[in-house]
Amino acid sequence: MPRFSSEKDLESYRHKVAAGRAPDRRAVAVCAGTGCKAFGSAKLLPVFEAELAKASLKGKIELRATGCHGFCERGPLVLIFPAGRLYTKVKPEDVPEIVREDLAGGRVVERLLYRDPVSGKAYEKEEDIPFYMHQQRLVLKNNGLLDPASLDDYLALGGYRALAKAFAMGPEKVLEEVKKSGLRGRGGAGFWTGRKWEICRAAPGPDKVIICNADEGDPGAFMDRSVIEGNPHSVLEGMLIGAFAIGASTGCVYIRQEYPLAVERLGRAVAAAREAGLLGENILGSGFAFDLRIYRGGGAFVCGEESAMIASIEGRRGVPRRRPPYPAQSGLWGRPTNINNVETWANVPWIIDRGADWYRAIGTEKSTGTKIFSLVGKVNNTGLVEVPMGISLRQIVFDIGGGIPGGKKFKAVQTGGPSGGCLPASKLDIPVDFDTLVREGAMMGSGGMIVMDESTCMVDVARYFLNFLKFESCGNCTSCRDGLYQLHRLFTDIAEGRGSEHTLELVEELARTVKATSLCALGSTAVNPVESTLKYFREEILAHVRDRRCPAKVCKALITYTINDKCNGCTLCAKRCPQQAITGTVKKLHVIDQKKCIKCGICLDVCKQDAVWVE
Amino acid sequence: MAIRIFIDEQEVKAEPGESVLMVARRAGFDIPALCYHEAVESIGACRLCLVEVRSGARPGISTSCNMKAEDGLRISTDSPEIRRDRATNLELLLLRAPGSPVLRELAARWGVRPRLQPPPDAGIANCILCELCVRVCAALGHNALAAVGRGEKKRVGPAFGKPAEGCVGCGACLSVCPTRCIVMKDTPAARTIWGQSFEFHRCQVCGQPVITEKHRAFAIAKRGLPEDYYDVCEPCKQSQASQRFASVVW
Repeated sequence: MPRFSSEKDLESYRHKVAAGRAPDRRAVAVCAGTGCKAFGSAKLLPVFEAELAKASLKGKIELRATGCHGFCERGPLVLIFPAGRLYTKVKPEDVPEIVREDLAGGRVVERLLYRDPVSGKAYEKEEDIPFYMHQQRLVLKNNGLLDPASLDDYLALGGYRALAKAFAMGPEKVLEEVKKSGLRGRGGAGFWTGRKWEICRAAPGPDKVIICNADEGDPGAFMDRSVIEGNPHSVLEGMLIGAFAIGASTGCVYIRQEYPLAVERLGRAVAAAREAGLLGENILGSGFAFDLRIYRGGGAFVCGEESAMIASIEGRRGVPRRRPPYPAQSGLWGRPTNINNVETWANVPWIIDRGADWYRAIGTEKSTGTKIFSLVGKVNNTGLVEVPMGISLRQIVFDIGGGIPGGKKFKAVQTGGPSGGCLPASKLDIPVDFDTLVREGAMMGSGGMIVMDESTCMVDVARYFLNFLKFESCGNCTSCRDGLYQLHRLFTDIAEGRGSEHTLELVEELARTVKATSLCALGSTAVNPVESTLKYFREEILAHVRDRRCPAKVCKALITYTINDKCNGCTLCAKRCPQQAITGTVKKLHVIDQKKCIKCGICLDVCKQDAVWVE
Repeated sequence: MAIRIFIDEQEVKAEPGESVLMVARRAGFDIPALCYHEAVESIGACRLCLVEVRSGARPGISTSCNMKAEDGLRISTDSPEIRRDRATNLELLLLRAPGSPVLRELAARWGVRPRLQPPPDAGIANCILCELCVRVCAALGHNALAAVGRGEKKRVGPAFGKPAEGCVGCGACLSVCPTRCIVMKDTPAARTIWGQSFEFHRCQVCGQPVITEKHRAFAIAKRGLPEDYYDVCEPCKQSQASQRFASVVW
C-alpha cells in the first residue's frame, strides 16, 4: 500500500485498483458478519478454495469474505457475482454443488435459493427478494461488496473520494453542506449533526476532540456493529471529514469489548489508513492532521450516554454528570468535544460525495436520509434493514419483515431500544421519523425494532425492559436507581397476581418522578416502556390486576395447564414432563397435578393432539 | 463580578458558577439536600434539592446542588410538582434508611409514609448511597472509598471489600454522612472503621487520644508539619499557652 501525499496520488492509485476489477468479473462473496459466522460461514471459505481449485477455477473466480448483508436469519449467505445470485443457509457440504452446478455449469442451485415462507416462491437475485427490494441501502450498500480488511476494496468503490473533496471545499463549506443535508444523530436523540459540529467548531480552545460512539447497548440491536464489521473505512472517512470541519486533531472510538470482531476490523482499518497516510500528519497534502485511538468499553449500557462515556474514557467510573457544560464546551479531558454515533459518521461521506441536495431527497423533510433498524422478534425475516425515513411501520414489519410467523396476529412493535415505547397495531401506518415516533410515545433510539405477536404479554415485556434498565442504571440518582427497582417490583406483583388498582397508582406516580427528576436520559426515558404500555395496553394490564388473568397466557402465576378429552393417551407429555406432574396410562386421558406443574409448557409443545389447554 | 439570579421572584446576588443551592441557602431559602457539601463536587445523588427552572432554553425540574448560577437565572423553590417529586424521592430514600433521624424528620414534616418494600440492603444499614464519604475521602487525598456496582446493587466502601490501604482512620467520612450510617468504634486503645483498626497517638500531657498513628504520619508528611505537632492535644496546647500567658502577665 503506497502512502498518498496528495489527492492525485489517491486517484491514480484508485484508478489502478479499479482497472484490475472489471465490473462483470466473477466472484463468490461469503458473508463474514457476526450472524453468518455464528452459523459457520468461516468454514465455507476453505471448502470454496479447494473446490474452485479442483474445478480449475482458481484465479478465474475471486473468493471474498464480506461484511454483513443483513439477512442474518438465512445465514450463512453466499452471493455469486456478477449475477447477484443469493444462496442461503449454505453448509460446507453444499459448496461442491455450488461450484459444480453454478460456477462451472452455469446452472442455478434451486434448493439453496431463498423461498418466501408464505407464497413458497423462490427468488434468484438478492435485489428481488422482498426483504431487500423494499429497502434503500446507503450506509449498508457496500457491506456485501467489499472485504472489510481491504483498503483497496474500499478505494475501488470510491472510498476516501469524499475526504479529498472535503479538503478542496474547506471546513466552512463542509459544515454548510452537512447542515443543509438535514442529517440528524442516529444514536437516539436525533440532534442536528451540522448544528452540533458548528457549536463545537465555534467553542474556544484549539485542541478539539471528536468521538465515535460505538457503545451499542440496546438488547437485540446490531446496526453499528455491522457497519464497523462490514465497512470500517466508511466510519473513519466520516470521522475524518467531521474532524476537518470541526477543527479537531484527535479522535476516539468508544467501542464495546463484547464486539471483538468489530474491534479487530476497526483496528486493522486504522492501521491501513495510517500506512496510507489517511491518518496522521498532513493528510493528502492538505496540511490537516488527525489521528484516533480505540477505547474499549466494559459493557455498561450507561456508557453510551455521552458524559458517562467521557468519564469512562478518562478512566473514571462511567457515571453521567449534569449538562451544561455540554461536551462541546468542556468534554473529554476538558476539551471541546463532538460525539456522534457510528451510523451518523458513516452517512457523512455520502453527503459530501453526492451533495446535500441529493441526500435531502431521501427521507422526509425533517428526517432526511435512511435509517438502519435491527428488525427482530416475532417476524418472518429478521435482520438488518435500511429504509428511507418516513416509511411506515407496516412496510417494515410486513413488506420487508414478511409479517408474523405461524399465522399469528401482530400485537405491538417496540422501537428505540429498552427506553423506547411499544406501539400497537393502530399505529402501524405512522411514518417512521424522529418526531412522529416521539409524539406517539416511542422513539427512534439507535434503531432497535422488536416485533411482538399475540402470544406476547405486555406486562411481561414492560417487566423485561425495567429489569434491563434497573440493572444498567449507574445507581447515582435515587429516582432512577430505586425508582426503577420499585417499578420492576410493582410489575412483578402485577405479573404474579398480587397487583391491584393501587399498584397502578403507585406505578404512575413513580414513573412521573423517575422521568422528571433523573439526571441523565437513561433515567428520564426509562419509563417510556411503562408509560406506552399503560397508554396503549391498559386493558391487558387491568386484566392482570382485576381479573387475575393474563390474556396472552404468558404470566405463569396466572395460568394453568390442563389436558382435555382430545387426549389419546400417547404418554408423550408424561414422559417429557420434567416434574413428573402428568399421570395417566396408555390410551387413557392424562391429568396434570397442578401442585407439581411449573408451567414450563413442554407438554403443550409436544402434544400432537392439541389436548393441552392453557387458561 | 457579581451576577443576579431570581429565586421565587426575589433578586439574589451570586458569583458566576456558584452552586444555586448554596446561593439560595445563603439567601435564607430552605431547600432540603442530603448529598451536598460545599467542599466537594456535587453529583446530584439524593434528588431532594429540586427546584423549577423558569428561564433559559431548558426549563423544568432540576436539582440545584449541581446547577451553576448564571446571570438572569430564574427558579422557584416550591410548586406542587416539586413537592410531589421530592416526596416520592424521599420515600425511596426512607426505604433505604428507615433509621435515619434526618430522613424521619423530613418525612414527618412532609407527611411521607413508605408504601413500598425496601430494596436489598446496601451492605451498610441506612446508607443512601450518596457518596459524600467517597468524595470527601478523595478530596482529603486518601481515596480509601469507592462506589462499586450498578443499579440497586450499588455499594459504597473500600474497593473489593478489602481493608483499604489509603484509609488512615480519620473519620471524615462519618462526619459528613447525612444518615450517620458509617460504623466507627473508638476504644481507649484504638479506633475501628471500615474493617480496620488504628492505634491512637496519645497526648504526652493528658494521655488522651489525639489522632490515629496512621493519620498523624499522613498529615505530617503531606503538610510538612513538625514531628512533634500532634504530641500534645489541642486542649492541653491551649492550657499550656494560657499558663505561659499568665506567667508573663503576672
